[in-house]
Amino acid sequence: MSPIIIYTVIALTSLGIVAAAILFFVAKKFYVKENPKIDEVEEALPATNCGGCGQPGCRAFAEACVNAEDLSDLFCPVGGNETMQNVAKILGLEVEEREPYIAVVRCNGSFEHRPRTSNYEGAPNCTIAANLYGGETGCTYGCLGLGECVDACDFDAMYMDETTGLPVVIPDKCTACNACVTACPKNIIELRPKGKRDRRIFVSCINEDRGGKRDCEVGCTGCTACEKECKFGAISFIRHLAYIDPEKCRLCRKCVDVCKPGSIHEINFPPKKKKPPKEKVAAKEKQIEKLEAEVENPNVDKLVVEKKNIDVLKKSSGISDDKDE
Amino acid sequence: MSKSDQHIKTFPKGGVHPNDEKRSANVPISELPPPKMVSIPLSQHIGAPSVPVVDKRDPVKVGQIIAKSKGLVSSNIHSSVSGTVTKIDYVLDSTGYKRQAVIIRVKDDEWEESIDRSETLVKDIALEKDEILKKVAEAGIVGLGGATFPAHIKLNIPRGKKADYLILNGVECEPYLTADHRLMLEKGAEIIIGAKILMKALGVEKCVIGIEINKPDAIANLSELCKEYPGIAVQPLKVQYPQGGEKQLIKAVLNREVPSGGLPIDVGVVVHNVGTSFAVYEAIQKNKPLIERIVTVTGKEVDKPVNLRVRIGTPVQDLILAAGGLPDNTGKIISGGPMMGKALNSLEVPVAKGTSGILLMPEEEAHRKAQQVCIRCGQCVSVCPMGLEPYLLMNECEKEVFERAEKDHILDCIECGSCAFVCPSNRALLDYIRLGKRVVTTMRRERVS
Repeated sequence: MSPIIIYTVIALTSLGIVAAAILFFVAKKFYVKENPKIDEVEEALPATNCGGCGQPGCRAFAEACVNAEDLSDLFCPVGGNETMQNVAKILGLEVEEREPYIAVVRCNGSFEHRPRTSNYEGAPNCTIAANLYGGETGCTYGCLGLGECVDACDFDAMYMDETTGLPVVIPDKCTACNACVTACPKNIIELRPKGKRDRRIFVSCINEDRGGKRDCEVGCTGCTACEKECKFGAISFIRHLAYIDPEKCRLCRKCVDVCKPGSIHEINFPPKKKKPPKEKVAAKEKQIEKLEAEVENPNVDKLVVEKKNIDVLKKSSGISDDKDE
Repeated sequence: MSKSDQHIKTFPKGGVHPNDEKRSANVPISELPPPKMVSIPLSQHIGAPSVPVVDKRDPVKVGQIIAKSKGLVSSNIHSSVSGTVTKIDYVLDSTGYKRQAVIIRVKDDEWEESIDRSETLVKDIALEKDEILKKVAEAGIVGLGGATFPAHIKLNIPRGKKADYLILNGVECEPYLTADHRLMLEKGAEIIIGAKILMKALGVEKCVIGIEINKPDAIANLSELCKEYPGIAVQPLKVQYPQGGEKQLIKAVLNREVPSGGLPIDVGVVVHNVGTSFAVYEAIQKNKPLIERIVTVTGKEVDKPVNLRVRIGTPVQDLILAAGGLPDNTGKIISGGPMMGKALNSLEVPVAKGTSGILLMPEEEAHRKAQQVCIRCGQCVSVCPMGLEPYLLMNECEKEVFERAEKDHILDCIECGSCAFVCPSNRALLDYIRLGKRVVTTMRRERVS
């Protein structure tokens, strides 16, 4: 073995030992004392660093949790209740269960519903387009369709539907981190409670003008029919736009029925039964029987009249003649 | 005027040379009769929207105040027609959004009695400095060059600052537009008296009127009229865009440089447009508020390009009809000039105080070309009149590193669009820079509060 190699090995090894010694003492001397619980809490967090909690990242949130005296103001929307329970366990604190939220797109102005009146050729960025003008359609409130919310989503929970030109939220992936809400320059996306059995009712329109239907077939016209229909006072109007307060809404779906343009959306509800409640049908059937019995009467003039009545009754109660079909 | 004063000046840095296309330069200003309905927007100026002082079904006369200024930076608005207020509603305006406007159904043409409608030239300035300032504010005069900054605020020199020069901007460096050009030819004497009024209000002795040399008749006309008034001179300027930018004009005329983030008053200068000067003349000498303006309606395919005197609030379609109707192959309708103007998405948009022209672009010119990658040619850097690096600013804004954009002086950008004009890759430079400016401004405001 040539002496050069031996010298090199000896020199480098001793250098290494010296450096290690220095590092060891420096590390001891300048050791930063940190609450070990911060590491533990961080471990329990989802580590997405999305900022949905309002902190710059998961580490900062962990620090905030450890320093906080109670956890009522802190919530990790991504981890949800389960994560917060774990965090609370580590810190020995109590935490209340929160209702899970989900992002909701409040615009239904698809290509089909909202005709284009101009053509935007600028930079494909919603904020830039929104600074320039109201958008390609007559509605100056609606979705611009350039997908800034989709870009902002860290969880692949959104995509642009090519056929409608509107963003779609994938419920299973959405963590309600608020990124899309802040990204949208038109404030279309809202975080709403997921609702019982994932059922939600919301106004899918943010057009505050009177007669929003002029620009979009499914726009809220501001007719206030839903406000009058709602027994729980959950619907209020901002200028000419209905808003359903999710806390007051009991999901009765009456507003959905009265909304003529169909701006109010229901999600995950079973399809509505066409037939009215049973007793009413029974009562009407009785009436029909009675009338039919009367028709047996040979009075011809009456017959014509009564037959009409039977038809009307049948129609109104949803009883079909061709039951066999 | 001696020959040496007449030598042509320009600003030293950057600039571009688009074809000037001044098709309506020889068409005298004609008056467009008031339309059947006007919708007068309540925010036609930079600053807070005005507050309406009329109500539904109120009768109004021409020149009657219909909205009062609110807050420090704001402006009064007067009715441009006589008739009845039908409603105060949200109307699509040139911002592309629906904003509040007063809608008036026109009946007859009845003016406020206090307005002097005669053509006689009133030379003597009877009012004192403070009275002029008050009157200008009352008349709702804003910068008519396009920026629509309330004029009375510019005339109010902040304490500790001193102005020694007034510059009148008659450059009109935007291609196609000829409104200021025609005004300088037809109302030259009024413009100069307006300048005198502005000088009195500012307490300055010297005034320079900057005009590009593609308007030799206007230069000759104003130079001739100036002889009567010592202290006022005409400065011919090279045809170069953006010669009419406030900072460029000051640099070209007086060789003074407005500091970054500063205002012209920091170098002792106040700049007003010639149109504003004419409006000031009318307000002070004729008691007439700002209710109409000159609008050029032009375009390559337009039948008869015209310069119209239009009542504020007239829908754009009426102007286009007066110019021979909408050409078949119109691809884009622009409010303002081709460089800094804004595309309109409706023909019902009303003319506002800042509408200097309506440009109808043919289909083949109307569209943007496909954007390609930046090839680092540096053309945008060499044409930027503010000495910025547009390609860098765009990248920073695209990548959302706005703090760095701020350090690279993004707020100095005057949005002239020269960079996007020369870019061989058709990059949306100005789009992103505008976005960055907005974000940086909000960032700064948040930092202060």
